[in-house]
Amino acid sequence: MSDLKRTGLYDLHLELGAKMVPFAGYEMPVQYPLGVMKEHIHTRENAGLFDVSHMGQVLVRPKSGDVADAALAFETLVPVSLLALKEGRQRYAMFTNDAGGIMDDLMVANRGDHLFVVVNAACKDADIAHMQANLSDACAIEVIEDRSLLALQGPLAEAALNGIAPVADMKFMDVAVVPSEFGDLWVSRSGYTGEDGFEVSVANDQAVAFARALLAADGVEAIGLGARDSLRLEAGLCLYGNDIDETTSPVEAALEWAIQKVRRKGGDREGGFPGAGRILNELENGTSRRRVGILPEGRAPMRAHTMLFASEDAAEPMGEVTSGAFGPTIGRPMSMGYVATEFAQTGTRIFAEVRGKRLPAIIADMPFRPSTYKR
Amino acid sequence: MKFTEEHEWLRVEGDVVVVGITEHAAEQLGDVVFVELPDTETEVTKDDEVVVIESVKAASDILAPIDGEIVEVNEALVDDPGKVNEDPLGDAWFFKMKAADLSQLDDMMDEAAYKAFIG
Repeated sequence: MSDLKRTGLYDLHLELGAKMVPFAGYEMPVQYPLGVMKEHIHTRENAGLFDVSHMGQVLVRPKSGDVADAALAFETLVPVSLLALKEGRQRYAMFTNDAGGIMDDLMVANRGDHLFVVVNAACKDADIAHMQANLSDACAIEVIEDRSLLALQGPLAEAALNGIAPVADMKFMDVAVVPSEFGDLWVSRSGYTGEDGFEVSVANDQAVAFARALLAADGVEAIGLGARDSLRLEAGLCLYGNDIDETTSPVEAALEWAIQKVRRKGGDREGGFPGAGRILNELENGTSRRRVGILPEGRAPMRAHTMLFASEDAAEPMGEVTSGAFGPTIGRPMSMGYVATEFAQTGTRIFAEVRGKRLPAIIADMPFRPSTYKR
Repeated sequence: MKFTEEHEWLRVEGDVVVVGITEHAAEQLGDVVFVELPDTETEVTKDDEVVVIESVKAASDILAPIDGEIVEVNEALVDDPGKVNEDPLGDAWFFKMKAADLSQLDDMMDEAAYKAFIG
């Protein structure tokens, strides 16, 4: 695994007994000795600490000094209202391409005089090039290489982090720079598990000490990518590359909640992002396929690339699973995927072909397990 | 007890052979979440896929270690697949076979040889 990159916490992962795997060009912990199932449940019942330093952290600074100019420039790349994003708040967004597909999904925060952007590891080089190519007239793009990113998730996350830095007053999707003995922490109250929790950017030279301090707090365990995947799937959250990609539009992906009215047809800042023609049309007229939640009736997991059928004997598939796993908290298998829109209604019974057998499943609302964000 | 390179264990009880997977295999699989067992009275040939087992990581098969007939399956695993991780050598046996020819076990590894095999 010699050409793989390592995060600043690599040695700590080994010390904690992690099993390391290649992921998005990095050697990352897929699980610790607790194992995927117990790590998942521990996060839901206590708190889990995740190393997400492989993700890209980028500052977008307006050359004018006015963050509104950065927001307006950034709006040319995403179908999201950023001008309305208040200082100290974060919003979910996606880079779209000219065909209306999704290049990546990301978080954008307004930090007063600039934007702070977090993008997926696998896409970060392309995302950075995309921002540099399209935003450089109005903004300076500063890629952060000297900070690690940790996520602390679960009901005990607030108490654990608050013991280090005051964060208890923050609400879901708030961001703040919080001083601590580990230097300034860039904190957002958000995550990828459906739990209340935080993502914290910390200077690389403080990251190990900060992680150790969190692990020493009541109820905090290190959690690997395996449990991160089942946690996000129970929470109904998309994994870029599986559930959304350059061929899926935000409307097909059921992400239109992220597209504010002001960017839609008739809005003050209608369109003006790549693929707007297709996406605005789909917002009005719908799509022929739709991302949905799927609950198998039986116990067999229906994993990614499982084909979906309208009936037990339909000749042609009408959809495909994009993520599927066992949900430790809901105690049953769960999937998400795309189906022809006529089958997308909650409660519709469909069939999935697993090892040559057609097994029944029900279209279900997501999240599969209610989220516990602190609003 | 005998062991296969597919990480199964076989325990002979009269003319019936009890089959499960080893602790090493259970650990490698990770938390087991789904088990699909064969029908009883099924005639199988060595290396037939007889059990589907899915963990949090992936799906895999358990192969028939010898020729014979499936005479009993451990239905408790269907309701509680986690037993495979808790007690792979005991409660979590998968199926019992009536062996067509018990001498098929002769070339299999004993415990010491299996331990050496998995290093």
